[in-house]
Amino acid sequence: MSLSTPYSKLVLATAVAAVTFTTACKPKKAETVISGDAAQKVYVAPGKLDEVYLFASGGFSGQVAAYGLPSGRLLKVIPVFSQNPENGWGYSEETKAMLNTSHGFIPWDDAHHPQISKTDGSDDGRWLFINGNNTPRIARINLATFKTEEILEIPNSGGNHSSPYCTENTEYVVAGTRFSVPIEGNTDVPINTYKENFRGALSFVKVDPKEGHMNIAFQLLVPGVNYDLARSGKGASHGWMFFTCYNSEQANTLLEVNASQRDKDFIMAVNWKKAEEYLKQGKGKKTPTTYYHNNYDERTHSASSKVEKEVLTLDTRVLKDIVYFIPCPKSPHGADVSPDGESIVASGKLAAVIPVFSFKKMTDAIAKKTFESEFDKVPVIKYEAALAGEVQKPGLGPLHTEFDDKGYAYTSMFVSSEIVKWKVDTREVVDRIPTYYSIGHLCVVGGDNKKPYGKYAIALNKITKDRYLPTGPELTQSAQLFDITGEKMNLLLDFPTIGEPHYAQACPADVILKNQKKIFELSKNEHPYAVKNEKETKIVRNGKRVDVWMTAIRSHLAPDNIEGIKLGDEVYFHITNLEQDWDVPHGFAVKGAENAELLIMPGETQTIKWTPKSTGIFPFYCTDFCSALHQEMQGYARVSPANSTVALKSGIGETAPKNELAKN
Amino acid sequence: MKKSSRILVIVSAVLMLGAYFFPIWKISLEAPQYPEGLEMNILINNITGDVAKINGLNHYIGMKHIHAEDFIELKLLPYAVGLLAAFGLLTYWRNNQKLLYTWAVLLIIFGVVGAVDFYLWEYDYGHDLDPMAAIKVPGMSYQPPLFGYKQLLNFLAGSFPALGGWMVIGAISTVIGISIIELRTKKNNKHEKSNVNTIGHSNVGLQ
Repeated sequence: MSLSTPYSKLVLATAVAAVTFTTACKPKKAETVISGDAAQKVYVAPGKLDEVYLFASGGFSGQVAAYGLPSGRLLKVIPVFSQNPENGWGYSEETKAMLNTSHGFIPWDDAHHPQISKTDGSDDGRWLFINGNNTPRIARINLATFKTEEILEIPNSGGNHSSPYCTENTEYVVAGTRFSVPIEGNTDVPINTYKENFRGALSFVKVDPKEGHMNIAFQLLVPGVNYDLARSGKGASHGWMFFTCYNSEQANTLLEVNASQRDKDFIMAVNWKKAEEYLKQGKGKKTPTTYYHNNYDERTHSASSKVEKEVLTLDTRVLKDIVYFIPCPKSPHGADVSPDGESIVASGKLAAVIPVFSFKKMTDAIAKKTFESEFDKVPVIKYEAALAGEVQKPGLGPLHTEFDDKGYAYTSMFVSSEIVKWKVDTREVVDRIPTYYSIGHLCVVGGDNKKPYGKYAIALNKITKDRYLPTGPELTQSAQLFDITGEKMNLLLDFPTIGEPHYAQACPADVILKNQKKIFELSKNEHPYAVKNEKETKIVRNGKRVDVWMTAIRSHLAPDNIEGIKLGDEVYFHITNLEQDWDVPHGFAVKGAENAELLIMPGETQTIKWTPKSTGIFPFYCTDFCSALHQEMQGYARVSPANSTVALKSGIGETAPKNELAKN
Repeated sequence: MKKSSRILVIVSAVLMLGAYFFPIWKISLEAPQYPEGLEMNILINNITGDVAKINGLNHYIGMKHIHAEDFIELKLLPYAVGLLAAFGLLTYWRNNQKLLYTWAVLLIIFGVVGAVDFYLWEYDYGHDLDPMAAIKVPGMSYQPPLFGYKQLLNFLAGSFPALGGWMVIGAISTVIGISIIELRTKKNNKHEKSNVNTIGHSNVGLQ
């Protein structure tokens, strides 16, 4: 067929039109949403520092990762709930106690929601709290040292998910249970007695304003449903905390179906000031339970565990005006409070709208008792009575909302993989941008503060296919950085993350830098096995236990020759890093140790236990490249048979043990 | 002494007391690994700053550790400066040119002895190295500069007076300056006197 026939011309024209039409209608892809100056906006020149710290949860890695923004560079993985062989966290004698729980030594958890401590509703950069979801715990990381200083187990809970959101001045961090469980008396009950026997516990953990130490002030015993997320009120709504609930069906099997039946679940509004009043009136009940409280003392560089035996509870079936339910469509996930504290944005992850509740309307409704019903003795406020309005057609699967400094809200849409920007006042959608792929939480810098910093939004995505070079079946997770300074959001950067970056919080680097410590002062080291100079190094036997008081300095360990260890001994190497230069940690590893190495910061003392399994000569060495003579930073331990007469001796240079043959 | 000289004498004497409050000398070290730099401050009776770090580094080249207690100078210096300042006050009180010149000479001796002593210490530290040291560079000595900058392996070492030192140097220079001025004034005065006499004579002669 020749192209010159009229018929063929028609075909061609149609084809061209079809191609043009298709091209014109096809939505933008990743490459096209990046504007030309994105690279410039994320480039942090060598020698320059990032503007923002991003603290992202490591999800199922159990850790926290600190990133710099806008570069997206991973600055440090902070070990929290999981053992970390890189620095011996959870392996060293000093840190083992941090992972103690009432279930024993649990060297892992599922870390979800980092929270920077707040003063007057804004990030103050002192501490970072994070929940352990699996074996309910809350950890506190000191942002002066980037070290986990405290881990508090949460009793009466199953799945510490709506946690550890903190109040305006870090009066409390909360630990809301995800799974309701039977909690008092006989807990060995049939699972299908969920409705009768299962209850939720919302723990209010008091934070000492000076040292940050945590203790469970009280637990609210609440209806048996699932508690998902929480946010504290601020400004107008200070004194309240809002939790999302799902499974108001109270199903105990196949929740996928059985907990998705009702059109509306709930937001639970908690008046914690009221709870405090009841406590003052002595209405709390001391309930026996067992949970661990682990503290790491920065002066002794050592952790210890304390077992707590009871917790104070307030039952919302009895004390009715502490909590209220607000109906919320459908399977609510996030509840987020606007910077002024007036709007409570709820996201029903299966809902077609985003309801925005008004704090004022809610309290008016409570005062006028505009209730529609009760749920397990908790009053349910009428939906319309508390509603400020709904965001219409926001997208599919709204999850979480954060706010900027210009009156806009940003909501993550899991199903439609996008961020939707809308105006808080008018609830009108003004912009949307795709994310790659399946965004969960999102974070605006200071986005839960009274005064958000704005500037960047970070998408925390569940899936990354096609974003990086493929790495086998297990792909990395990813975060994405968006510029939100203009009317339109702009994608700037993708960067891979550790574990699952479940949620993250970000704050300007200055806020952290002003408190940051660079070394542990050797003179203030109160570790019981600290050695302040090489002359004090020694080796001491006590039965089968041998303690080595060792020092590390560029470029030697002292002592570096140890003899007289016998098979069957337990050897504890206590190593003090004598350096006071802030970039010179030393490592320590010994052949055949069954745990890990140590990474000892300048001025710090750390201990590793070693039980030799055979006789012979065992090298030990520094693992962190410390100087030109790092490779020479090594030594030997001699292990003799159990009945050997080799005397326990140690030394370095002139003082090294001499020529003692074993006489067996 | 002229009134202005007398004022400068008291100012100089007081200026010298700055050595009690501020570091006299500063040695700085810069290297790629130390972008923030290392500093050693010599005070009238102590050595402060990153001395421990510097000692830690010096062991590579076998340099002796620096300890303030090893320096007899740091025990004498407070008295020496005190006496010199007191001499200044005496000069002011007595308003005596001879005392002024003596003071200037003492200060010059003090300055020269100080510099020579400082140099000798530096020479000793830079040359008396442990033969067992890890790093040996043939022909290399690690003597820091007396004044100014000098590259020592990967370190750029700088040696300069610090605020207290500048105050003392300022005082010494001022005293030398006043002495010169006073000397000149004295000469001029003698000259003028003899001129007057000549004129007198000639007047007489004219009569």
